[in-house]
Amino acid sequence: MVKNVTCTVCPMGCAIEVTVDGENISVKGNTCKRGEIYAKAEVTCPTRVLTTTMKCESGGIVSVKSRCAIPKDKMFECMKIINSFKAKSGVKIGDTLIENILGTGVDIVAASKEV
Amino acid sequence: MKTVDLIIVGGGPAGLAAAISAYKCGIRDMIIFERDVRLGGILNQCIHNGFGLHRFGEELTGPEYANRFVEEVVRLGIDYRLNTIVDSISPDKTVRVMSSENGIEEYKAKAIILAMGCRERPRGALNIAGTRPAGIYTAGTAQKFVNLMGYMPGRNVVILGSGDIGLIMARRMTLEGASVKAVCELMSYSGGLTRNIVQCLDDFGIPLKLSTTVVEVHGKDRLTGVTVAPVDPKTLQPFMDKAEYIECDTLLLSCGLIPENELTREAGIEIDPITSGAVVNEKRETSVPGIFSCGNVLHVHDLVDFVSEEAELAGASAAEHILGEGNNSKRLDIKRGFGVRYTVPQSISNDSDSDVYFRVSDIMTGKKIVVRHNDNVILEKKTQRLVPGEMVKIKLKKDILSTLDNSITVGIEEVK
Repeated sequence: MVKNVTCTVCPMGCAIEVTVDGENISVKGNTCKRGEIYAKAEVTCPTRVLTTTMKCESGGIVSVKSRCAIPKDKMFECMKIINSFKAKSGVKIGDTLIENILGTGVDIVAASKEV
Repeated sequence: MKTVDLIIVGGGPAGLAAAISAYKCGIRDMIIFERDVRLGGILNQCIHNGFGLHRFGEELTGPEYANRFVEEVVRLGIDYRLNTIVDSISPDKTVRVMSSENGIEEYKAKAIILAMGCRERPRGALNIAGTRPAGIYTAGTAQKFVNLMGYMPGRNVVILGSGDIGLIMARRMTLEGASVKAVCELMSYSGGLTRNIVQCLDDFGIPLKLSTTVVEVHGKDRLTGVTVAPVDPKTLQPFMDKAEYIECDTLLLSCGLIPENELTREAGIEIDPITSGAVVNEKRETSVPGIFSCGNVLHVHDLVDFVSEEAELAGASAAEHILGEGNNSKRLDIKRGFGVRYTVPQSISNDSDSDVYFRVSDIMTGKKIVVRHNDNVILEKKTQRLVPGEMVKIKLKKDILSTLDNSITVGIEEVK
């Protein structure tokens, strides 16, 4: 199987061709090692950092993010969970708001103060 | 009238970095004027990540990136005034400000740093035919509604323009349950970063229609749909016989950013018609000595990391001006050669190393950047791919510049 991946590691945006042959994954078109790692992950388990907002108990909102990348296909499910939560007032950047969301091992943390 | 060494107009990423830099160069008597209710500027509503990769080596969200600078400003005790708008700047560096708390005040400054940022091109500037229903917003206004106020502007969305804010909002609206029907781009290429096209459109199967524009909006009270049509890539004229109707209740506009230079013009500062920002030298000093400009008010940047870097240079230059450490070196004007839309700065000194930033006018593959003095090549650099959406930087060394006079030309040439 051959898949074309546009690298997003840096602004170069290399067009990388990934060939999957059973266990063997080979890449070409990348100009750096990070591009190779990215392209391989894109065909095996693509992940993204999720950023969104959460309501606060006091009526404001706070911006939140997944502490690191989560599987791409879990984004909408995570959104549902985040939108069902309310952050306590006085929340600070870096505070954990939801632990281990959807069993991904990744926490949802505050990325701003309440606005 | 009060006197102050340095006034910084705007408390966004440029103003904050400029203030910190000026402080580190020895300036203490300064004020940042910010018209919003908090420092940080537009970063506060840019809740997506990807900021700071160059500067901090990690991907931060907008509020996180802003917070690093806000905390530093607070830690250093730099004075700032919120809810305060600068109303006018005169060439003698008198600054009039207004706030509901203090009314109208005047300050006389030894130096001023312009860091007002930019504004989105509004519908009125786009000449789209049709009715005037509710539901048409600039992408940044929609971003403010969703990210700072918690409102969804609509459910079925078409986005005109593929600038980064439009792409980011396509993803944001989709994540919050809206259906984004299409992103239409007048040009044959996107003005947004590649990563945003991949992560905001491709990830969600949102079509990007290049060489396509909105030719009519429909709806009386609320938007009911738009007519889009492909355009001739050269003349940009729409093919009306190929027009198509898309039902939607929301149209977001992401059609370019315009530096907000009303104050700059009023101060009699020379403006570059291409960047719509001030004409500056390598210190980011404008045509009025002691007034500096940096960030998106000078020219629209791709990445905030570069805004911070430029603002630090402006802050250090303003400090140098206040402390009277300037020098009088020979000036070299930078001219635009083939394929170069603009350069910043527009002139440099011939006795220091200078970085020159520029944008190309079209997508170019396998070309080289050539800097010439008269007909002599003084710098050559092969490139893989140049795109208008990504600023290019070249470094010019003092030892080469010191032998030159009048002007140099930056252009794109074929590799022979």
